[in-house]
Amino acid sequence: MNRRVVITGMGWVTPLGCELERVWQRLLNGESGIAPTTIFDAGSYPTQFSAEVKDFDFQATLGEHSEDHGTASRNARFALGAAEMAWKHAGLDRLESGATPEMTGVYLGGGEGPIDFENFVAAAVAGWDPQARQLDAVRWAEVAYERLDAVREFEQDPNCAAHHIACRFHAEGPNLNTLTACAASTQAIGEATMIIRRGDADVMITGGAHSMIHPLGVTGFNRLTALSTRNDSCATASRPFDATRDGFVLGEGAGILIIESLENAQRRGARILAEIIGYGSTADAFRVTDMHETGRGPIAAMRAALADAKVAPQDIHYISAHGTGTEENDKIESLAIGTVFGDLAKKVPISSVKSMLGHLIAGAGAVELITCVLAIRDGIIPPTANYSTPDPNCPLDYVPNKPRKATVRTCLSNSFGFGGQNDTLIVRAFE
Amino acid sequence: MSPQRVVITGLGPVTPIGVGVAAFWNGLLEGRNGIRRIQAFDPARFASQMGGEVLGLQIADYVPKSYRKASKIMARDIVLAVAAAHQAVSDAGLRTRCLLDRGDAQGEPNFDPARFGANIGSGLICADLHELAEALHSASENGVFDIRKWGAEGMNNLTPLWLLKFLPNMLACHVTIVHDAEGPSNTLTCGEASSYLAIGEACRGIARGVADVCICGGAESKANPMALLRQSLGGRLSQRNDAPESACRPFALGRDGTVVSEGGGLVIIEELEHARKRGARIYAELVGFGAANDVFQAGQPGQLSPNGRGLALAARKALKDAGISADQVDLVTASGYGISHQDKAEAAGIREVLGQRAADVPVMSIKGGLGNNGAGSGAIEFIAAVMAVHSGRIPPAINSQPPDPECALKLVTGGPVDAKIEYVLSTGFALTGGQCAALVIKRWHE
Repeated sequence: MNRRVVITGMGWVTPLGCELERVWQRLLNGESGIAPTTIFDAGSYPTQFSAEVKDFDFQATLGEHSEDHGTASRNARFALGAAEMAWKHAGLDRLESGATPEMTGVYLGGGEGPIDFENFVAAAVAGWDPQARQLDAVRWAEVAYERLDAVREFEQDPNCAAHHIACRFHAEGPNLNTLTACAASTQAIGEATMIIRRGDADVMITGGAHSMIHPLGVTGFNRLTALSTRNDSCATASRPFDATRDGFVLGEGAGILIIESLENAQRRGARILAEIIGYGSTADAFRVTDMHETGRGPIAAMRAALADAKVAPQDIHYISAHGTGTEENDKIESLAIGTVFGDLAKKVPISSVKSMLGHLIAGAGAVELITCVLAIRDGIIPPTANYSTPDPNCPLDYVPNKPRKATVRTCLSNSFGFGGQNDTLIVRAFE
Repeated sequence: MSPQRVVITGLGPVTPIGVGVAAFWNGLLEGRNGIRRIQAFDPARFASQMGGEVLGLQIADYVPKSYRKASKIMARDIVLAVAAAHQAVSDAGLRTRCLLDRGDAQGEPNFDPARFGANIGSGLICADLHELAEALHSASENGVFDIRKWGAEGMNNLTPLWLLKFLPNMLACHVTIVHDAEGPSNTLTCGEASSYLAIGEACRGIARGVADVCICGGAESKANPMALLRQSLGGRLSQRNDAPESACRPFALGRDGTVVSEGGGLVIIEELEHARKRGARIYAELVGFGAANDVFQAGQPGQLSPNGRGLALAARKALKDAGISADQVDLVTASGYGISHQDKAEAAGIREVLGQRAADVPVMSIKGGLGNNGAGSGAIEFIAAVMAVHSGRIPPAINSQPPDPECALKLVTGGPVDAKIEYVLSTGFALTGGQCAALVIKRWHE
């Protein structure tokens, strides 16, 4: 079986808001969702800002269903909210999906729920024995039993968001969660596409969600020196491909898409937004910390997606870059695009909406794929904001600062994760 | 299942009853028990103080010398996966860089790295409390944590690469690096269902033609304070602390919960012609896969519906995919956590699938001596299932007497039995999240 797979609904919860068209407009305007961190006191951290979700009302979005999901973690709430919007966008609140519950599945790139920091820390501090210089598991357990809550702990499991969505929409089909770091939701959408293509499901709810804006998440990235520390000008801190970039900006949120077999979409008279035609996944298999200097993993992922889509580089009208704003990623990604696209590399427009939304980690790829679909629909490419100083290592066309009108029929979207995980998707206007 | 036939050519279990397929399988046949009072830390204050631990595991035995530095940033879960990978590729006779560098294999690589994929199940890796507690304590005064002090200096007590110890995809990351797997790569985080899903999805990848060979399965350690606490708070654990070896009692009367454990398994699956060309030994053929979600409990961390609906659905899909009916199943492998309501629901789901034959089809349950290995448990059970179909022997369930009449499965108990097995249905489900999966394994005929 080799069925065509189309996108029929999209929803997102982002640092620029949650309404599909409004966020899209703000992206085209080059607006920034980045501001000083409010979720916790980051005032003494090397990085004191982030891209927090704004204007998201979980109860209003879920309506009568919000109580069923009252225990959901922050990122599962983002996922549920985006799924609710995508479901409606696909017309599934009004129309029968035409698919049985067992042929309706969920495949997310969902992150873990944020840690119960206050109570976790209380136990850790109480449990440390400074004289013996080791953890006293007995003292730790005394406090941990008292302060930690079973449901809140289990809701951190990375497969919980997918289960919440399955319960909400009665999706009894294949249910999976991938957590391949920053590549997760691109991977989820690609894998969900394959599940429909081969006939294991007719409809999949797919995408991703993540929130790592918590004291330990930011600690982890700050220790890696992966984050921008431009505290005096945080709205311009995310500077993909710019020579003065100094790291990525941590964001949070979710992007969810409803995808289905073409037959299913046509049978129920759905509005078809685009077709997913190619997917490639590879591993660098090089080092834990660095990308291979030749960009071999990203090159192989892009080539695999092109081959899967049966299109050539000249067919690609826009590349939604991983474009994190770290020194290494942007250099290697540009190099890899140069290798795959050859002489065409300087002609194909490339941009990174992370310049405005920050990096949603596991949720990033899904949000970026949604921007690709909107670019196809409207014939306009979102800009890379904050681009001012060209970097000789990044010599391509990054659509600096202003959106660009263009005929966009086919888009390629990249996501790369820590540890050498590379995923590429290709979407095309539906014909 | 697919135009391409997929066969199993390498098995790499790392478990409390044995590391490597020979030790593990003999342990199962002998009824070996890996559950003890926990040794890694003092469990005295925990309601459940037992666990399965893989003792004496040395990472240096499983990586090239040049990779020893990188092994310093491996959480326990990663160590288990890397050890399992070494066992699996060795068993399969795949000459990876790791094996060649270590002198564990001779000759030239016998596969194309770009066509070698990975799909590895992982849990929510618990931070090393020792390292984190020391750092957090350094940012506290009189037992009160000061986040300003943490941001300014305390966090610097963590190693710069701290975060990379705990990202779930680091199992696959390290395994793909040391064994040159540059093909399609994935990390599934679906609780105890993770490795069934990883093996099934890897099989689909080979069927689609994007890889010739895949390393797949999963690993996790729940034998640490944080995981033990979580499972304990959730009321899932046995409190039979005075008799650890008899604590985990799958499908038995009087069961009072499961036992935390650690371990994992990775297996090599391969496109048939690829395996034939390199002269690989074929254990069995993978012929069916099904996945489902049990949506019984809206919004709560899931549990199976009382009738095991999600599990039955996944199993029926797998049978359909294999092109066989339930009448052709000769053996079922079950999760059997030893948790009262979960075992009952699971048994109901299995009985529903088997229909009238439920009283006659043998069921294999191995958690009695292993406990719950989290994301690694499915792969361990899968390896046992492959060995059963390969050898025609079914190892006994331990601690499953007296049987609970409400479960009513035909468990093999006492000693191993010989059986003619053509098809095995191997099933699993996540304790949180409702993910269910099933695989069908077929005896290999030349």
